[in-house]
Amino acid sequence: MASVTTNAVSPATNQLTASTIAIWFGCLAVLLTALQYAGILPSWLHRLPESWIPPFALWLDAAFNFIRTDLGLEKLTRWFAEGPLQFMLDTTANLLYGKRRWPNFEQIPWSAIAAAATVLGYYLGGWRLAALAGGTFVWTALIGQWTIAMETMSVLMVAAPLAFVVGLGLGIAAWKYAWVDRAIKPILSVLQTLPFFTYLLPAVIFFKVGPTAGAVATIIYAIPPMILMTTLGLKKVSPEVVEAGKMSGCSRWQMLRHVYVPAARTEILVGVNQVIMLCLAMVVLTAFIGMPGLGAKLLAMMGSFKLGRSFEIGVTIVLLAVTLDRLSKAWVVKLPEHFEKGTPWWKRHKYLLVGVGAFAFFTVLGIFVEWFSEIGRRQSWSQGKEIDTAIKTFLAFDIVQGTTEKIRYVLNVWILNPFRDFLLSIPTSAFILLVVAGALALGGRKPGIYAAVFFGLVALTGWWDRSVITLYSVISAVILATLIGLPIAILAARSEKWSKRTLLVCDTAQTFPSFIYLIPAIMLFGITATSVVMSILVFAMVPLVRYTVEGLRGVPPEMTEAADMSGATRLQKLWNVQLPLALPTMAVGFNQAIMFAFFMVIIAAFIGTQDLGQELQKTLAGTDLGKNFVLGICVSLMALTFDMAIMTWAEKKKRALGF
Amino acid sequence: MNKMTTALTAGVLAVAPFAVFAADSSDPIVIPIHNWSSQIVMSNVVGQIFEEMGNNVEFVTTDSQAVYESVRLGDVTLELEVWEGAFGASFRAAMEKGGIVDVGDHDAVTREDWWYPMWTKDACPGLPDWKALNDCAALFATAETGDKGRYLDGPVDWLKHGKERVEALEMNFEVINAGSAAALWAEIGAAEADKRPVVVFNWTPNFAEAVWPGEFVEFPTWEDGCDKDPAKGPNPDALYDCGNPADGYLKKAAWEGMEEKWPAAYAVLEKISFTNPQIAEMARLVDVDELEPDEAAAEWLEANEDVWKTWLN
Repeated sequence: MASVTTNAVSPATNQLTASTIAIWFGCLAVLLTALQYAGILPSWLHRLPESWIPPFALWLDAAFNFIRTDLGLEKLTRWFAEGPLQFMLDTTANLLYGKRRWPNFEQIPWSAIAAAATVLGYYLGGWRLAALAGGTFVWTALIGQWTIAMETMSVLMVAAPLAFVVGLGLGIAAWKYAWVDRAIKPILSVLQTLPFFTYLLPAVIFFKVGPTAGAVATIIYAIPPMILMTTLGLKKVSPEVVEAGKMSGCSRWQMLRHVYVPAARTEILVGVNQVIMLCLAMVVLTAFIGMPGLGAKLLAMMGSFKLGRSFEIGVTIVLLAVTLDRLSKAWVVKLPEHFEKGTPWWKRHKYLLVGVGAFAFFTVLGIFVEWFSEIGRRQSWSQGKEIDTAIKTFLAFDIVQGTTEKIRYVLNVWILNPFRDFLLSIPTSAFILLVVAGALALGGRKPGIYAAVFFGLVALTGWWDRSVITLYSVISAVILATLIGLPIAILAARSEKWSKRTLLVCDTAQTFPSFIYLIPAIMLFGITATSVVMSILVFAMVPLVRYTVEGLRGVPPEMTEAADMSGATRLQKLWNVQLPLALPTMAVGFNQAIMFAFFMVIIAAFIGTQDLGQELQKTLAGTDLGKNFVLGICVSLMALTFDMAIMTWAEKKKRALGF
Repeated sequence: MNKMTTALTAGVLAVAPFAVFAADSSDPIVIPIHNWSSQIVMSNVVGQIFEEMGNNVEFVTTDSQAVYESVRLGDVTLELEVWEGAFGASFRAAMEKGGIVDVGDHDAVTREDWWYPMWTKDACPGLPDWKALNDCAALFATAETGDKGRYLDGPVDWLKHGKERVEALEMNFEVINAGSAAALWAEIGAAEADKRPVVVFNWTPNFAEAVWPGEFVEFPTWEDGCDKDPAKGPNPDALYDCGNPADGYLKKAAWEGMEEKWPAAYAVLEKISFTNPQIAEMARLVDVDELEPDEAAAEWLEANEDVWKTWLN
């Protein structure tokens, strides 16, 4: 989830005035709050009166209806959904799990796919990847989840290539034409912070409930990083390479095809990796709008509180995610092989041949030995019930129950609820002033102005209280994540070995579809604010730890050596040398943690929240496009405010430190 | 494997169609699936009956409120469980817009309301009267709700109006929305261990009746219009000041075009009618016996041939 930022660095002269203004705003906010507590604040400064709130939702509904019916967009999208898209989905569905559609084959035997994946893994990354890729598919089949996993994969196989093509095209356009870039940037920023529930409803309305809508939502969700990575890669192509291309007389198309794109290969492939990962994450979430597959099953299993089965499905999703991630990353690193002229065809494509051979072998084997083609549920090794009992026994231990109960009590009663009530008690006007003051102090004038506009808009939508509750979950989770994550990261960064291990854990954890994080939280803390905060906490801690470790390890050795020579203690070195230098990188991690938290808090509606996520989930039950969009934008605006302030600050700090 | 055999039967039947069924379109009949077990199994049962008749069937998971809009547009073909209390409003709204038809009732009575497991009565003997419940509110207090009692309502998208009722009847309760049905069962299950009093949202027919005996709280009796007209119910100034209907209907609904496109299937759908025990049994097969929905459906069909075979003729 790379995030877009506007690189607005205000000149240093503004800094002084900006921070003075920030202090003034802060004081004013405290004053307003004090007046409110004293009960003499005019009520319109506390909360906007109902009558001032413009009916955004109604206007938007009217606009949507105009676009939908009068402009005939719905006809177009429906045609696309029922025609080409449905056709593609049906085709992959037929191949992967034997849905009765064109080309009406039997489903591909699981063993054939597993064998092909193993060969691919070996080709890309040696035995370890081969074992991972093959093992994942064997596990999926043995545990009896082949069909649902293939339902998910069939959508992924359509969505990821489409997202790739569209993203690549837009990325090239944005690189070629400055106006496209300018037009796309703000849209991307909003898209990347928009909660996923907001993608879902329009998708359903325009593209029919079911896999088509899910596929569209998935594609849109996965496009932004592809665009960004493409533009980034193309911009980095060195002039020498371009010169060489020009000298050999390439046409414009040839330049793009044979010079620019190959030179930007690494970035584009990183984009592909991100597209695949985001697609997988989203495909699981689209279970909310009727996407069958792993997500739907997980939702259903969690819905009937079968923890064992949920756990097994969770493992499958994670394995698939890790496999796809590692395979696509290995592809990024793998350099194209070059053969001497005259190498026979079979030698150049030996892996392809082995893969096809293995595939064909198992396909044929599957015809004769049923087991290699399909494993029924009764034959599967699923231990759902046993794991279920194990988990429930574990949770019923007095010590576990006692601990979770205590954590839950302390967090809810002493920290979370009072904090929420405090935030809610702050007058709207004071709250906005505080946020603006923060943005001014961190980023300077421009983020300050944006903060004022964005939070002002949130207040105008009339969803203020819910927005504040959303913000409260985000803030408390991120603070707790910082308190826990920073010490871990600092300890890990001390040694090379532990840094590597921690980064590996973070890497892996980042590939988990966000939904996974809800399971342990619900199991341990039930339906409370604590489990909401806990699931966000874990999810947000990942980037935080990751960037802190990277930041600390990235401190130039000369600096630490200088500190050692001047006789600094470990703590002094950390405090005075390493942390200040690592701070800009850590800020990026902090920012990502906040963005992740905004993403997660909406999903946590599944646990039961009382914030914007809950309202958003409610809109999925209807056709209130306007309201859905307003709610989504509220989340997006708040996230963008933080994003801008923190990233501007990090950028400035980096420049000051001379990175 | 079961899928394979049904697919085979369906294939064979499609090649040699009966005269009666010949008119049915070969397009798939799209059956929606929601997030509670009895509906999922029932959909599979009916789907397998349709497949038996030679129709193509497809299942799609949808939201249980939004589904009526989808039925109206023909995106999904039918809906097998229209609960009066839960979906009456969405169903009526879709009927007014047109495109959806009422295909008759199941032989079942539905009720959904505040509910407590039997052990709760030991602590609060005045139950099931709602006033008695309100007097015992402190028994249901948790760390998070302070001195108010906690009532665990259904997921928000079920639109249960628990909060409105608490306000209308000035009850000393705080309404917490569970994120899913799972949360409700988890709550009852956790309370069972130490026989802690709880009051949660529940409904009948449901597997839970078999696992945890319990009763519904008796609120002021439902009057028509209680959700629209403040004058109805004990509080003259508020909506939702009544309990839910105690004998709600359970309907089947279908897309307007179904009768024309799949006449044979539609004729069967009209005859289909399940009873409370049958529906509870379907839920039990999944929730207690942990069968997959399609297996549960096959099992149910096998055990109840006398019930559904009559619908086919």
